[in-house]
Amino acid sequence: MNDILIGLAERVRQAVAAKAILRIRGGNTKAAMAGVISDAATLDMRAYSGIVDYAPSELVITARAGTPLVEIEKVLAERGQCLPFDPPRFADADGRLCGTVGGMVASGLAGPGRAAVGGVRDYVLGALLLNGRGELLHFGGQVMKNVAGYDVSRLLAGSWGALGAICEVSLKVLPMPMATLTLRFDSRQAEALERLHGWAGQALPLNASVWWRDTLAVRLRGARAAVSAAAQRMGGELIPDELGHAFWEGLRDQRDEFFIEARHAAERDKSALWRLSLPPTTPVLPSFVDTLVEWGGAQRWIVAGAEDTLVMHRAERAGGSAFRVSGGVGDGAGYATPLAPALLAIHRRLRESFDPHGVFVPGRPMRFQES
Amino acid sequence: MRAEPFFGDPPSTISDPGWANTVPPDLDHVVAPPHVGAPARDADAPALARAAASQRQVVDALRALLPAHALLWRDEETTPYECDGLTAYRQRPLAVALPETEDQVSAVLAACHRLGVPVVARGAGTGLSGGAMPHANGLTLSLARFNRIVRIDARARTATVQSGVRNLAISEAVAPHGFYYAPDPSSQIACTIGGNVAENSGGVHCLKYGLTLHNVLQVRGFLADGTPATFGSLALDAPGLDLMSVVVGSEGMLAVVTEVVVKLTPRPQVARCIMASFSDVRHAGDAVAAIIADGLIPAGLEMMDKPMTAAVEAFVRAGYDLSAAAILLCESDGTPEEVQEEILRMESVLVGAGATRLEISANEAQRLKFWSGRKNAFPASGRLSPDYMCMDSTIPRARVADMLLAIADMEKKFELRCCNVFHAGDGNLHPLILFDANDPGQLQRAEAFGAEILELSVAMGGTISGEHGVGAEKLNSMCVQFSEAERAQMLALKAAFDPQGLLNPGKVIPTLSRCAEYGRMHVKRGALAFPELERF
Repeated sequence: MNDILIGLAERVRQAVAAKAILRIRGGNTKAAMAGVISDAATLDMRAYSGIVDYAPSELVITARAGTPLVEIEKVLAERGQCLPFDPPRFADADGRLCGTVGGMVASGLAGPGRAAVGGVRDYVLGALLLNGRGELLHFGGQVMKNVAGYDVSRLLAGSWGALGAICEVSLKVLPMPMATLTLRFDSRQAEALERLHGWAGQALPLNASVWWRDTLAVRLRGARAAVSAAAQRMGGELIPDELGHAFWEGLRDQRDEFFIEARHAAERDKSALWRLSLPPTTPVLPSFVDTLVEWGGAQRWIVAGAEDTLVMHRAERAGGSAFRVSGGVGDGAGYATPLAPALLAIHRRLRESFDPHGVFVPGRPMRFQES
Repeated sequence: MRAEPFFGDPPSTISDPGWANTVPPDLDHVVAPPHVGAPARDADAPALARAAASQRQVVDALRALLPAHALLWRDEETTPYECDGLTAYRQRPLAVALPETEDQVSAVLAACHRLGVPVVARGAGTGLSGGAMPHANGLTLSLARFNRIVRIDARARTATVQSGVRNLAISEAVAPHGFYYAPDPSSQIACTIGGNVAENSGGVHCLKYGLTLHNVLQVRGFLADGTPATFGSLALDAPGLDLMSVVVGSEGMLAVVTEVVVKLTPRPQVARCIMASFSDVRHAGDAVAAIIADGLIPAGLEMMDKPMTAAVEAFVRAGYDLSAAAILLCESDGTPEEVQEEILRMESVLVGAGATRLEISANEAQRLKFWSGRKNAFPASGRLSPDYMCMDSTIPRARVADMLLAIADMEKKFELRCCNVFHAGDGNLHPLILFDANDPGQLQRAEAFGAEILELSVAMGGTISGEHGVGAEKLNSMCVQFSEAERAQMLALKAAFDPQGLLNPGKVIPTLSRCAEYGRMHVKRGALAFPELERF
């Protein structure tokens, strides 16, 4: 077995023996979202890096947790393949995109393509997990269809370290679409949502959508013939490829104008940035400071005043949830929406079974015990 | 020989938190097929008396909760429930409950929980791994009465359906809106969405459209103690761990599902299918890899070997090429322009890979004819042989030809025939081992044949079950695929949902002692050479 892996497992066992706690990190790009615990030592996964196996004809790539996402995407692109759910890669202070594949799975965050192609969970085929006993466990595998045992590898997507440190993952990949095209429309939010619902009900190669400040943009992806036929049918203004590409990449990595402004607002007056996950047909929410709509209406980013709690009530009433990404007062990032008691009990027992000594500090989105 | 019947054990033993070890370590001895040994209930007199007593206790408790017609316990009433689609394993339950409301489901679960009685949920009973096979000491909870389509929301592209609704009934109900429900297991006429959720069912189109998990937004139901629980949400994500991703595919061991919100897919305008013949199975296997490597994701990509083709041709008379060593069915769907573009590319890849004959469906009738044989592979095999055993492992696509050749060798070794039908696009194999169950020697050889296919699949980097589930059937093979620590973690996951271990106990995850008994030193991940590997 790999020495680094043995070392990681040893670190966990030592921490258990010393009654210490560990914070798992990769590129550290989501530290603010995960929340910092000052007395936790760091289990740095970056040393365990590299692509273990990649067979383009199998549509599967297996990589170590510390592998930067940009490296994986580069290797995939050389063979005309991609991670179609656009995981955000996030930049560090120097503007380098340093998010890792382990962090991608642990956070479960996906970008613009999410509504059309599925999320991180849907592409996880297998994982090697280091649990809180220092045991290395394989779940899932490297094949598309696998129902042997419980699908623990998919449960790791968005687990924020609550079940252990993800050491390796196998991901389903897809061929890059033959054609991509961006269309732009002038549109109020309500009208934009109506258009999106209408299109989504048709067999159109609609791959991503975003609405911000009376502009709706959609990305079409698929076979050449399908994309050009759909563009003709849908109308709108055709955006040049280069511009379109840069736009979607900026949105994906949350470096877009909306996010820059939201961060400035947070620094200026503690305005909060919320991510609302909603049933897509939820009507337009009353105006807050700013709103950006993605995923055909299923994801809405909202900038609201520091102490504005209306946003979470709106999300809950619509049957969704609200996650505070940054800003605001109090604890910082975290879910404002509580878990049902029965589910909370399952979470606690799961956590006890994967990490009985509580050696791993889960990211804030998983710290329900505190709520 | 059979394991100690925990049949009449007091409830406290059954609900022991160390539930895993109270389950018979060797399930198939308890549920020996009728032609192999005496039925499980031919026990000694005290055991029978205990059984009768615990049956009385359950029936008395449930009578107060259910209308008279919704509770069955006499032998002639419970016998129809003694097996699912895997008929070799049979066991009558203590009783069968057919609740009609969610309140009744909750009350029945709470009562069983109080009494420490195991509960096995059941949909249409079409499963192929014994997942719905009753528990000798337990209640079978049929969700057959939960057959209502609650709501179709065309704008949100979702349907809310009760768990007993048949898979195909969803597509039929939403067809007027231009939608369908994408996963299409071959049993879709009969199987229920609740069963699909339990097994994470696929179908012939799942390479492009995904499995059940990818097409379900939310499942609602009850935990073992009758507490209501909702997993997933109508939004694309929800706070907390993504518990729905383990509930889907959990074979009824984590929760009882009563309602499912499924995603609907716009019906493609056109679908066309290419039927390609190959004179060599290796060429056919390579063609599969070549299609994927070319950047194509067919709507369906299926393979049949020569014996299978002969069997289905005799059954459906679709005009299959009987001289081919293997046949591939490769489908494209979408807009007419899109399909035209894809079919051209598929054709050129298939020819390049050495296809000896190509036929492209000219119309919908012909396309359905191409598929008719594939969809009837199981009944067609049933005509060739008194019994067949269907395997379900998945392997990397590139190894499909290797596996076919290995199976040909195994046919000689075990002196049994095997027809092969593969979901080639995702490497999911369905070898059908033909045997005569009246000949105990043949049954044994068929089981050994199947076990060898599964072990080879794991050695190739695959898995023992692609879509049929582990159930009662593949418990031993789980010992091959997972280490002791991995299985212990899965058992702990089960306990997190169901601390008393009452939902479908004894299935899916074998106990440590059972794996020890299974014996043969399996060391995982290549540390021990598999003799089978030397062939490649």
